Amino acid sequence: MVSRTTDDYQAMAIAGCEAICEPAFWAGFDRSSAQGFHDYYRQLTEYEPQRAAKFGIKHFCWLCINPKEAEDSGFAREVMAIIPEFLDAPTVLGIGEIGLNKNTISELTIFEEHVAIAQKHDLPILIHTPHLEDKLKGTRLIIDALKNAKVDPCKVIIDHVEEHTAGMVLDAGFWAGMTLYPESKCTLPRAVDILENFGMENIWMNSACDWGISDPLAVAKCMQEMKKRQHSQETIHKVVYDNPVKFLSQSPNFSL
Amino acid sequence: MPSKQDILDLYFMDARCKLIDIAAFLDRMDRFDGDADYRFNGFHEALDAMLKPGEQSRAQAVLNALSDQTVEPIPKAIIQGAFGAPNKQAGN
Repeated sequence: MVSRTTDDYQAMAIAGCEAICEPAFWAGFDRSSAQGFHDYYRQLTEYEPQRAAKFGIKHFCWLCINPKEAEDSGFAREVMAIIPEFLDAPTVLGIGEIGLNKNTISELTIFEEHVAIAQKHDLPILIHTPHLEDKLKGTRLIIDALKNAKVDPCKVIIDHVEEHTAGMVLDAGFWAGMTLYPESKCTLPRAVDILENFGMENIWMNSACDWGISDPLAVAKCMQEMKKRQHSQETIHKVVYDNPVKFLSQSPNFSL
Repeated sequence: MPSKQDILDLYFMDARCKLIDIAAFLDRMDRFDGDADYRFNGFHEALDAMLKPGEQSRAQAVLNALSDQTVEPIPKAIIQGAFGAPNKQAGN
């Protein structure tokens, strides 16, 4: 978790976290060179697994250039050319989190090219959907692009779903991810509402652990929220553990 | 499954607090000078949508009211962030 302190790894271990899946994402600023991404991918594939291992946590990652930095397609392609050299690293799960940010033509093109890399290497895909007012449109564009590319929906998780996008993602056969966030995206009670309304299949939740106000223990806290709503231990275990393991096991590098 | 009474016990105080926060926010907007922008219009549209959600859930209705409903990708991003409501005058 490149944006978090080691204290967070310790807290997650104490809370029972067995594995972390960290997507390549924005650094809080635009990187100035493709070489900056090379260093970042080394951090994700070499250093972070060692940092997590000190607390008995397995660390996996997803690789890409995130959509926030995909507006310059020439730059994005320079970065994407680096990705294959890291795909054989033992902790890389697949391509992600790709997707859209402001729903631009260039973002969409780079998204489609990332999808092609995943298809070429037969890897799962983790998808970021845009923020706030851009989410609905972006989710629709992403689903259309994936259908056009004839991607196996079982190998794709579309993340950051909320009440207005969860249905269209699940109905199209994709996995859905709920990102738990104190200030935007999805709160704990709403995440449980979404589970109750859309079912417990092909869905997971994840803790946002980024540069903003976010909580690495959000998933553990949501387990408590589910318990307060009188969900059984079996149901909680399915959503928090069995479902992610089922999806991630499609990656050849995933094992617990 | 929990009963309505259980849900009230779990969430009423929190929802009451957030409802008062919304009322205070609207009062605050009234109290200060200057013009509001599209975000405030969107907020009012979302409040209306919550009260009259139609076939959707209230949460869906609010989220949809605060969403860009256009369908074509835009030519170029001029910002990286989002503001929480569509700027319909700007075409989204």
